[in-house]
Amino acid sequence: MASMPFSFAVLLDRPDIWRGDSLSRAGAPTIPCGFPGLDAELPGRGWPAGALTEILPAHEGIGELRLLGPALAGLSKRGLRLVWIAPPHLPYAPALAAAGIDVANLVIVRTASPKETLWAAEQALASNACGAVLAWPQGAKYAELRRLQIAAEGGRAPAFLFRVPEAASESSPAPLRIALGTSDGGLAVRVLKRRGAPLAQPILLPPMPPAVRGKNHHVDRHPAAPAAARDFSARLVHA
Amino acid sequence: MAVQAALALAPALRVAPRDPATETEALLGVAGWAAQFAPGVALEFPDGVLLEVSGSLKLFGGLESLLGRLRRGLAEMGWSSVLAGAPTPRAAFWLAWAGKQQFIGESAELEPVLAALPLEVLRCNDEALAAFEAIGVRTLGELRALPREGIARRFGQGPLAELDRALGRLSDPRNFFVPPARFGAALSLPADVTQAEALLFAARRLIIQLAGFLAARSGGVQRFVLSLRHRDKAATEIAIGLVAPSRDAEHFILLLRERLFNFTLAEPVREISLRADDVVPLAGHNLGLRFEQGKPPGQWEHLVERLRARLGADAVYGLVLRAEHRPERAVFAGELDSKQLHLDFGERPFWLLDRPKRIAEIGAVPHHKGPLELLAGPERIESGWWDGDDVARDYFVARTQSEALVWIYREWRGEGGWYLHGVFA
Repeated sequence: MASMPFSFAVLLDRPDIWRGDSLSRAGAPTIPCGFPGLDAELPGRGWPAGALTEILPAHEGIGELRLLGPALAGLSKRGLRLVWIAPPHLPYAPALAAAGIDVANLVIVRTASPKETLWAAEQALASNACGAVLAWPQGAKYAELRRLQIAAEGGRAPAFLFRVPEAASESSPAPLRIALGTSDGGLAVRVLKRRGAPLAQPILLPPMPPAVRGKNHHVDRHPAAPAAARDFSARLVHA
Repeated sequence: MAVQAALALAPALRVAPRDPATETEALLGVAGWAAQFAPGVALEFPDGVLLEVSGSLKLFGGLESLLGRLRRGLAEMGWSSVLAGAPTPRAAFWLAWAGKQQFIGESAELEPVLAALPLEVLRCNDEALAAFEAIGVRTLGELRALPREGIARRFGQGPLAELDRALGRLSDPRNFFVPPARFGAALSLPADVTQAEALLFAARRLIIQLAGFLAARSGGVQRFVLSLRHRDKAATEIAIGLVAPSRDAEHFILLLRERLFNFTLAEPVREISLRADDVVPLAGHNLGLRFEQGKPPGQWEHLVERLRARLGADAVYGLVLRAEHRPERAVFAGELDSKQLHLDFGERPFWLLDRPKRIAEIGAVPHHKGPLELLAGPERIESGWWDGDDVARDYFVARTQSEALVWIYREWRGEGGWYLHGVFA
């Protein structure tokens, strides 16, 4: 019998073999997140489809949605639905449209309790009929998140769970966990958990402030009212 | 058997009078359901349904497979059945009536099988039966052995003509059953039902019937109504709406289950009925040629219906943009998949607060978790004088002490002041 030219390199090239010291390249599809610096550090170079991604912002308003903007815009342009389950505020369509997201593909789901939120998220993930599922579960337990992860597996939708920063200390079945903070006005992305070697340094994304536009007034004044008498702009310049 | 004798054997027996109207309705229901399996369906009152299946065998994967579907469906609707088949409708019905689950493919095999059937299959009157009995004729075979002229003289042409039709020697034209345009079916419950789960079990029978009815018409429904009749109170109606037409019985049952999940019955239910008025055309599904990896994509409409059934119809909605400068009015909750305007609103936050929140002003500086740093603005929005809800605001993008970006405005009406209206998440 001829000796088999068996080489480890061949074996290691298989996409379903994952070496502990490298990022997983396993066949699971991903959606590019649109920030090259972050994509490079994510297994499969993007947000995992068919898996949970936990996002733990230090607090509201630091760019936690803008981080998802390019990925969501791409999905919605392909006609896929973005399902928002129990968002904390009204997702404001004009801003989402400005970020390139097709508003026609947005679906808001309101729930009356954290239990309903988990139920709705599980249904949405298990259905495999959504482009992306964003959910704001409150006080979810490991077993409940495990159910969501199982529902998501094999599906095409990335599932983003927004959780409080304190959740970082709890264990979670989500294969990707990301904590968000700020640094010099920019967004500091700390990858708490990924398939592959842990990442010690946070990834700094450039500041994403809203474009500062020139004065962009929308004044529909009553034709009868004398314009000058109601012009406050002089007063507010130094406000 | 007499009622008294039956009660003596089984004291717990419940005796109910026959109700011909209900029986006919049930037969029509079964016929409507069965029409999905065959182009020609005829009725044999009071308890027979004839299907012309020769053209359907290939479509349904052969006789055994078709029989399996028929048996399963009939059992799911709660009927016991005897299925039999023969080259002529009369012979098939006689076999079924005599309780023989036989399937005869060739006309040549028909005669010996029919010969063994009892004379009762002719369903002639008791007098004639007694007369046949008196001359020692008990089966169709014995009848056929007698001289035809003698029988015709004594009993008329009827019995012989029937036999000839069964053997295919006389034509036996049938009026095909035409399913009604709408679906309606009722089921009276054997006992008062107080639990939703038991109700679902009963409703399942009607839903199977509905699905068959729809399949026969190549149609689907977007709405169906389950009516619960009580003894005293007015009927409770449960309407199930669908995003897209469907005829998927399992999906219908699931929606009903979600709806009944939190349902409290006002009173025990005596009878249920299912109604679907608007049947719309619905094509079948083509199966893909390629096997896709992973889970097959699910049906979006089904997801929406399930969510709505449990969370309420208003809990799932889309957003619709409107050409309007007042931020809280530039978008409204609307239908899913609404057509959108393409508008440029300027700098807007991803989150809008449900209502603007008053924030403090300390030393001419607005405060929200500490003093705010104004980054951009003002953007004057003054609008709405025509509907009495006019606003006059100057919007700013501001940064909090913890480096969050917020959208605030200074109110120029009434008592003025600063308000938090959005978050640049």
